[in-house]
Amino acid sequence: MFLQTLITGLSIGGIYALMAVGYSLVFSVLNFSNFAHGAVIMLGAYVGLALATKLSLGFGLVLAGSVAGAGIIAVLNERLAYSVLRRRKAPSLYLMISAMGCSVFLENLVYATIGSRFYAFPEFFGRQVLTLWGSSVSLLDMGAFLFALVSIFALHVFISSTRTGIAIRAGVSDMTMCSLMGVDLNRLIAIVFLLAGGFAGVAGVFLGIKYLVYPTMGWVTNKAYIAAVIGGLGSLPGALAGGLILGVVETFVSSYVSSVLRDVFSFSLLIAFLVLRPNGLMGQDTEEKV
Amino acid sequence: MIMDYILSVATLAGINMIAVLGLSVFTGFTGLFSLGHAAFIAVGAYTSAVLTYYYYVPFALALVAGSAMAGAVSLVIGIPTLRAKLRSDYFAIAILGFGEALRVLLENLTITNGARGLPGIDSFTTPFTVLFCLAVSVVLVSNFLRSRWGAACIAIREDPIAAEMAGVRLFRTRLLSLMVSAVFCGLSGGLMAHYLSFIQPVMFTLTQSTQLLAAVIAGGMGSISGPLIASFAFIALPEALRVAQMWRLVAYGLLLVLIMVYRPQGLMGYREITSLFGKRRDDGRRER
Repeated sequence: MFLQTLITGLSIGGIYALMAVGYSLVFSVLNFSNFAHGAVIMLGAYVGLALATKLSLGFGLVLAGSVAGAGIIAVLNERLAYSVLRRRKAPSLYLMISAMGCSVFLENLVYATIGSRFYAFPEFFGRQVLTLWGSSVSLLDMGAFLFALVSIFALHVFISSTRTGIAIRAGVSDMTMCSLMGVDLNRLIAIVFLLAGGFAGVAGVFLGIKYLVYPTMGWVTNKAYIAAVIGGLGSLPGALAGGLILGVVETFVSSYVSSVLRDVFSFSLLIAFLVLRPNGLMGQDTEEKV
Repeated sequence: MIMDYILSVATLAGINMIAVLGLSVFTGFTGLFSLGHAAFIAVGAYTSAVLTYYYYVPFALALVAGSAMAGAVSLVIGIPTLRAKLRSDYFAIAILGFGEALRVLLENLTITNGARGLPGIDSFTTPFTVLFCLAVSVVLVSNFLRSRWGAACIAIREDPIAAEMAGVRLFRTRLLSLMVSAVFCGLSGGLMAHYLSFIQPVMFTLTQSTQLLAAVIAGGMGSISGPLIASFAFIALPEALRVAQMWRLVAYGLLLVLIMVYRPQGLMGYREITSLFGKRRDDGRRER
């Protein structure tokens, strides 16, 4: 029972981490909360669903298609809704409101056109279980957790050792200076959104397989914001750690205390972190500068 | 018949306008972004409804109690988060979380009848009550904004650091602004509960908070009349055009983006409707 709860928690935590990574990446570069991230995850899940049911593709192709689709949607989202504000150097409040608008727009557009029906992915993995030390563990849960670990590690390598990755880190520390050194900011930000969207696509497919696909499924990104805050906004290892911690703690609360109080607990945790440790476990100082 | 219908739309718009007025104090004049003000409407609605429903408290008293309760609840979230001087987006996430947590609580308490909601609340609210409350609210809010405290709020919106250096106490002023906005949201909730005579936790979601915010932003952050006009238009136009709820939300979302991109000062900007007639009182503050 304990081990089973732990693995379920880790797999949910892995999905939270996938969402938190994309959100955190955008936050670290543009310094605003991208509330549209949940909508991109939802659209990624719908893209995956369309590929899986209409074209009956296999899991690998569905995942790739969803990553590409969600990545393109995220880049378009930036181009249409944020780039003007960014160039005008508008306060981050405006970017945030614009992001909120995108989220409401996309969610309800899906609701109005595709409908509020719940869709299920075809069964890719069946309901196989693995017996480990007397407790049964779902293979899907293990897979989701491992995939999240591997892909976030790959992103970490990309950010820390490639030329583009170095440019992204330079942009995080100082945008103006970075562009003076000859980095094309528009291209850089497009890459950041492409990466964030790609991770949103992966998260969308996993969420869709584990639960269902529906217009408001992006709301679960609230949990990703919490994970990102716990880990420290803008930090990739932090997003991973925060996601896993939140997933495990939540699963334990819902199976040992009360499933109703799970969300109340998560949000209390968020407020406690914001108040006591606003930079999270691994974040850098984010005091608003004069 | 048709008059009844118009009257009911106008009444609902008026109830909504009181909540928008409250949020405009906080978002429009103090510059803090909230995604959780529906929670204060819920507190006002449930408190006043429970009082009249179970305890037969007079309606006026229940309204006051609902507003006061909303104000008190705002302290629960306001004191820890505002004291920590959170960045504006952290604060928005915290208050969003608070709103969601509060809704989960409402769905699981026995006195609120859980997720099924409270049916059969006496419909004490008349169009006249709403008009009266709206008028009183407008007078109170504009007086508040002209007071020392209001000036401090506006200073914080323009530049928190400069305001603090000029001696404005950030925590107290922001908390007061949150409390004032919550009180008006609570009043709006109380009126709503006794107009619709049925309330349910799902009526107070993020969607509701977004609609309030859309009205404040579309109307102009820094104006009282702008958000009121916008909120009236938001309720009346879709009703007149018979648009389905979901397309209404599609339009709200698009509107938020378009306003931020093309006209961040909103419909009225920093001006009031009165400045369009007679002498102009455009104080020419720059766009931020």
